[in-house]
Amino acid sequence: MNTHVAAAADAELGTFERTWADPPGWRGWCAAIDHKTIGRRYLMTAFAFFLLGGVLAAVMRVQLARPGHPLLGPDLYNQVFTTHGTTMMFLFAVPVMQGLGIYFVPLMVGARSIAFPRLVAYSYWMFLFGGLFLYVSLLLNAGPDVGWFAYPPLAESLYAPSKRADVWAQLITFTEVASLAVAVSIVTTVFKLRTPGMTLNRIPTFVWAQVVTSFMVMFAMPAVMLASTALILDRLVGTHFFDVEQAGDALLWQHLFWFFGHPEVYIIFIPGSGLVSTIVTTFSRRHLFGYLAVVLSLVSTAFMGFGLWVHHMFATGLPQLGESFFTAASMMIAIPTGIQIFCWIATMWSGRVSVKAPMLWILGFFAIFVAGGLTGVMLAAVPLNTQLHDTFFVVAHFHYVLIGGAVFPLFGAFYFWYPKITGRLLSERVGRWVFGLLFAGFNLTFFPMHVLGLHGMPRRVYTYLPEMGWGPLNLLATGGVLLMGCGVLLFVFDALAARVRVGTEAGDDPWGAGTMEWATSSPPPPGNFPRPLTVGGREPLWDNAPDQPVVVGLRPGMRDVLVTHVLDAEPDHRQKFPDPSVWPLLTAIATTGLFVASIFTPWAVVWGSIPVFITMVGWFWPRSASDGGTRPWPVNGRTLPAPGEMPAAGGAI
Amino acid sequence: MASGEVLQSVLRPAGPHAHSIHDLWLLMFWTSAAVFVAVLAFVAAALVLGTRARRVGGPSHASERSLGGVVAGAVALTCIVLLGLLVASVWTGRHVASLRADSAISIAVTGHQWWWEVEYEDARASRRALTANELHVPLHRPVVIKVTSRDVIHSLWIPNLQGKRDLIPGYTTAIWLQADRAGRFRGQCAEFCGLQHAHMAFDVVAEPDGEFERWLDHLREPASAPAGDAERRGLELFGARRCASCHTIRGTDAAGQAAPDLTHVASRLTLASGTLPNTPAHRRAWIRNPQEPKPGTQMPASPLPEEEMTALGAYLDSLK
Repeated sequence: MNTHVAAAADAELGTFERTWADPPGWRGWCAAIDHKTIGRRYLMTAFAFFLLGGVLAAVMRVQLARPGHPLLGPDLYNQVFTTHGTTMMFLFAVPVMQGLGIYFVPLMVGARSIAFPRLVAYSYWMFLFGGLFLYVSLLLNAGPDVGWFAYPPLAESLYAPSKRADVWAQLITFTEVASLAVAVSIVTTVFKLRTPGMTLNRIPTFVWAQVVTSFMVMFAMPAVMLASTALILDRLVGTHFFDVEQAGDALLWQHLFWFFGHPEVYIIFIPGSGLVSTIVTTFSRRHLFGYLAVVLSLVSTAFMGFGLWVHHMFATGLPQLGESFFTAASMMIAIPTGIQIFCWIATMWSGRVSVKAPMLWILGFFAIFVAGGLTGVMLAAVPLNTQLHDTFFVVAHFHYVLIGGAVFPLFGAFYFWYPKITGRLLSERVGRWVFGLLFAGFNLTFFPMHVLGLHGMPRRVYTYLPEMGWGPLNLLATGGVLLMGCGVLLFVFDALAARVRVGTEAGDDPWGAGTMEWATSSPPPPGNFPRPLTVGGREPLWDNAPDQPVVVGLRPGMRDVLVTHVLDAEPDHRQKFPDPSVWPLLTAIATTGLFVASIFTPWAVVWGSIPVFITMVGWFWPRSASDGGTRPWPVNGRTLPAPGEMPAAGGAI
Repeated sequence: MASGEVLQSVLRPAGPHAHSIHDLWLLMFWTSAAVFVAVLAFVAAALVLGTRARRVGGPSHASERSLGGVVAGAVALTCIVLLGLLVASVWTGRHVASLRADSAISIAVTGHQWWWEVEYEDARASRRALTANELHVPLHRPVVIKVTSRDVIHSLWIPNLQGKRDLIPGYTTAIWLQADRAGRFRGQCAEFCGLQHAHMAFDVVAEPDGEFERWLDHLREPASAPAGDAERRGLELFGARRCASCHTIRGTDAAGQAAPDLTHVASRLTLASGTLPNTPAHRRAWIRNPQEPKPGTQMPASPLPEEEMTALGAYLDSLK
């Protein structure tokens, strides 16, 4: 009898996995919409761009290693530093965090899929094509050369007549479309697809960080899209938004750009801090101290992040009262960050800490990020800012903040989640070496830059005179890059080696962590949870009752997803999710054609929109009247299924 | 300059504005250092306690309530420190802004790709004086610099004297500075402005009042007439080889507006916005091929025959 039940369960599991799997073959590869597939692609592509951006950084460091170095001329150097900044911001930092979100948010909230899976697939293709567009341009000697901030009038056609600035502006359009699509999908996933029991105050901190970041994306990105579109219009059809000669305004760009650009920093850092919360909690073996304070800190950081943009413009000569406001706001944002740091320390203080590889990166994070935060407070002070702005001091500062605040936690997350994604653990021993090389290399590279800035070295210079006295520290900084490069290569090697079965098998939950992604196998099956678990606490795997109910009523042979209410995640209805489709890819190809062609002629917007329209019709074409749509949740009057309630045979309702 | 010395530094203030900012820097630096050490000490302590708790086992020794108290205290302390720094910052800002005087020397600096146009202003138009890439300022007297740009955004920065100020086309803003120590201070463009952003520097010479006035009086003079045949031929070539379409030499027909005023070019410290020392040999090399030391500069190469170069060089050498 028991074997009969087990066989039936196995059959059901097989049906379930077949239902949710992406189709096989190259066509299936193009049609994939499983959030884990897309998330993995996002992560690997973003990491590839990280390596490319790192190579560009190394080239710049070699150029600056000694005064008057003839390796790169100014023309190439300007393309290299612009592409480095653009890559790291738009093709690495934001997408890699969103990639983690795409992969882990549905798992962590106990959902079977991300909301709008086809939109997320489309988003990936747009991100990939945008990145390829940038690097093909760079190889054709048409890489953008006006800085990742593209200030007009320098970026206007009078001073930048070639297509290079258009490449930059259009890359922005690509990546913004991609990141907005992910943002709406993540917010919808978290608000509507949480498993029953995961009330708002049980949402994991990393998921909160993703929600907050997604909202920031939705509010910040339109500003830069507006600005870059205005720039393209200035360049393409001769409007005068930023054209001083024709009553345009050069400062307008800076306001619009930094209204996006400053929140962008937090769009990168907030997911990073969510990672810190996750890893600290797991490796301290206790619930996060001050969960509410940490979540509210994330939210308030997001709000304040929109009130600081002018501190990038202190040197423009603004009225003093306005400057004081932005100084105060810029300093104030240190408070929520401080609250989080104190809560993390308190968690470790009262926990049972084991310093495994992921935790090592968090300790590195503390050292680097705190230093970067403190130089940030210095830069918030207007008088000091006027001295330090646009010098290597600022280069040091934001690399401390972004590498410390995002890349170190990210590497921690790689070590933490690699076993979940691949089923195999990375080597602890190699991990210590990778960490040591990156930590030492990072500080060797970037600490001297503080001093260089104080000694008057401006940013974005392709060379300097020998008598400036900047040679020795620059050489030191370049030496540090060598160490960082070795560390990253070692990491890549270890990750590849662990993939080809050198790594130890991970099992479902190698770290003894408490969140939902560890409640399924490693790697998770298509559809994630054959029987989604409900949630009885903030760390379900620690807190759930032994007889915690599972969700029933989802048909194993259908892409059924349970939709829940926003606040308390009570079951609302079930919805059939879309099937894999190549249309998102085709739509992305059509959109790419439109975007690329429109830097050459405005008519591309007219003719190029026709293929976009056609592919979108294909995308949204209904297959049958009964297909899709919503069904009422069957368990009337009850918010949760009864304990031990099993899915009905065949999932029939 | 001795090795290890740097030409431009925030850490060696030479005037009251830079001094005041430097004081704020010291306050910020030491406060930050203390905060950094304190936070990392707590991290280290938490690490030690946490790992020991894991090894030893047993219940946690810290109650949530007492931890909450400590965290709240730390947050309160953070707020107090930040408030203190905010007050210091605003106070310094007001102080720096107050260091000005009505009787100040007024200089208009206009940014170009990639050089600085400098005009000493005067109520009487005849007493205005024009030069490029070099400022002289009298000691202990406030100077106001009115900045704007003719093309893209630049930023004027003399680290030893004052913070930077952007030169934005369409806007004119004023920045005050004062030198209390005699010497030569270097300034550099701090806003990315295209190909030669790296070679857009200038010199500030701070000198006693008398020397400054003599320098300024001399600057107002037109160029001295060519003394010998070579110089006369040089002036001729200056027009014939189209130098004059971009450069001005007051007292001659050369009146181009696109490039630096060369009336007293031989008396300046550097060539090509701080790129080269201003020696006769460098002047000739610069004319022959300016793209070599400064690729992308707007000045075209002029591979003149030796005879012409000698004459033109002699004339330029005479523009003291």
